[in-house]
Amino acid sequence: MNALEISGLEKVYKGGFKALKGIDFSVKEGDFFALLGPNGAGKSTTIGVISSLVNKTAGSVKVFGYDLDTQLMELKRQIGLVPQEFNFNQFETVRQIVVNQAGYYGVPRELAHQRAEKYLTQLGLWEKRDEPARSLSGGMKRRLMIARALLHEPRLLILDEPTAGVDIELRRSMWDYLTRLNKEGITIILTTHYLEEAEMLCRNIGIIDAGQIIENTSMKRLLATLSQETFILDVEASDKQPSLEGFATRWTDEHTVEVDVDKNAGLNGVFEQLSAHGIKVLSMRNKANRLEELFVNLVEKGRQQGTGGAA
Amino acid sequence: MNQSTSLIALKTIWIKECTRFLRIWVQTLVPPAITMTLYFVIFGSIVGERIGQMSGVTYMEFIVPGLIMMSVITNSYSNVASSFFSAKFQRNIEEMLVSPVSTPVIIAGYIGGGMARAMIVAVIVTAVSFFFVDNVHLEHPLYVVLTVILTSTLFSLGGLANAVFAKTFDDISIVPTFVLTPLTYLGGVFYSVSLLPDFWQGVSMANPILYMVNGFRYGFLGQADVPIGVAMAVLIGFNIAFFVLVYRLLSKGVGIRS
Repeated sequence: MNALEISGLEKVYKGGFKALKGIDFSVKEGDFFALLGPNGAGKSTTIGVISSLVNKTAGSVKVFGYDLDTQLMELKRQIGLVPQEFNFNQFETVRQIVVNQAGYYGVPRELAHQRAEKYLTQLGLWEKRDEPARSLSGGMKRRLMIARALLHEPRLLILDEPTAGVDIELRRSMWDYLTRLNKEGITIILTTHYLEEAEMLCRNIGIIDAGQIIENTSMKRLLATLSQETFILDVEASDKQPSLEGFATRWTDEHTVEVDVDKNAGLNGVFEQLSAHGIKVLSMRNKANRLEELFVNLVEKGRQQGTGGAA
Repeated sequence: MNQSTSLIALKTIWIKECTRFLRIWVQTLVPPAITMTLYFVIFGSIVGERIGQMSGVTYMEFIVPGLIMMSVITNSYSNVASSFFSAKFQRNIEEMLVSPVSTPVIIAGYIGGGMARAMIVAVIVTAVSFFFVDNVHLEHPLYVVLTVILTSTLFSLGGLANAVFAKTFDDISIVPTFVLTPLTYLGGVFYSVSLLPDFWQGVSMANPILYMVNGFRYGFLGQADVPIGVAMAVLIGFNIAFFVLVYRLLSKGVGIRS
């Protein structure tokens, strides 16, 4: 069963700006799906329509088979939303925020308090339960929004840039938590600007640009299309700065060399040639995240072909 | 959403609303007590003694129902207007919009909050009046209760409509300043409209607040400038009209959905 089915979705804002130009994609139940796109591509509008914060102009949206137009209340019950901006009452306490949210979904107050303890504990916020939300740090506020979205135990969790502005340690703990939720059966849709995050967490991916889906495939299949990667090698200082046969080579200084490697060529040739010149490799890393390269290429390609529509 | 889950949602909104105005009680409950005390001292005790009787009772007794009603009107209106607009401003209104709470439940929850604050303030102002009036009449308690419920409901709905359209905090103070206060002062709080020339009596009849003040006064004193049946009909009519207006605004997502 599909957790989400979108077809022909269009959104024209007042003033005529066409944010969505007929997008189609679906997300399978249990999936961890990344919805990527540059700023202003239509990601948040899409999420806004799914969660009924934005009125669509045309098209259809179904969540676990419930239609947005005819079964709105059932559809809403399936979704937990973690928006991009903090949207809770800053003067309410952490516990009030999550318990009230459960109440809006009809969760009895006693059960809501039990779930509040469970999710606030899991997200490391139980100690802060009686603090007003405005006193929390940015990372805590993000976790509060995740806890709030889980209180009615949704089947589909939508996170709009949940790790924006969060330090790396906390980001990794949130990744672990989201992976755990997904393993427990919750379908997750994630938008993010950290492509490493999408690559690490998500099985399937949709790329949206200028209101159109320009790619919708599995992460594995997408990464398999990457034909070339650039590696940065840190080497021991050497007077020699040879060009490596069969590889585009760029020395940025006496310690650092960038090498373009075709997917099928392998790295052995690079190491063999450097060894032959007596150059010792100390460490090596990708110049860019693999998904990042693909993402940039796809968006550029879409725009050149005019499908992206951006000027 | 079935009946029991709707009731849970309604209770949640109501508790949230009551918690809000009780948390800031210094801003919400104390000012009416102070303002009304000043009205009682100045208009009732100092000026009132020189005025003598009005409509067959002392001036102080005459103004008590009007002043309670004035508090009910301003508090129910401002409670809902400021709470709903703050929720829009901080975007926490989205908490309700993404959840399966129906529009009537949202409206009822906010009205419940406005009514609760209006009732508490009405009790406070009534208690204050005991310091100035020896004998507070209560001729028709049913009409006192009915009028206060219908009036607080109506102005809660009015505050909600105002908040839906408001884009800035200034927008939620314009109506109370330029509409509600003049209409309340000209609605017979401090005088009987029978004292006015015929023309101005006719004009006053177009003021809906006149019917609320007089409905309430009828409940206290057993007499009013307008028939009680007309006062009740006007109140019910305005309540229905404002409910339909607010329901349509929220259903369409005016001011809250893009």
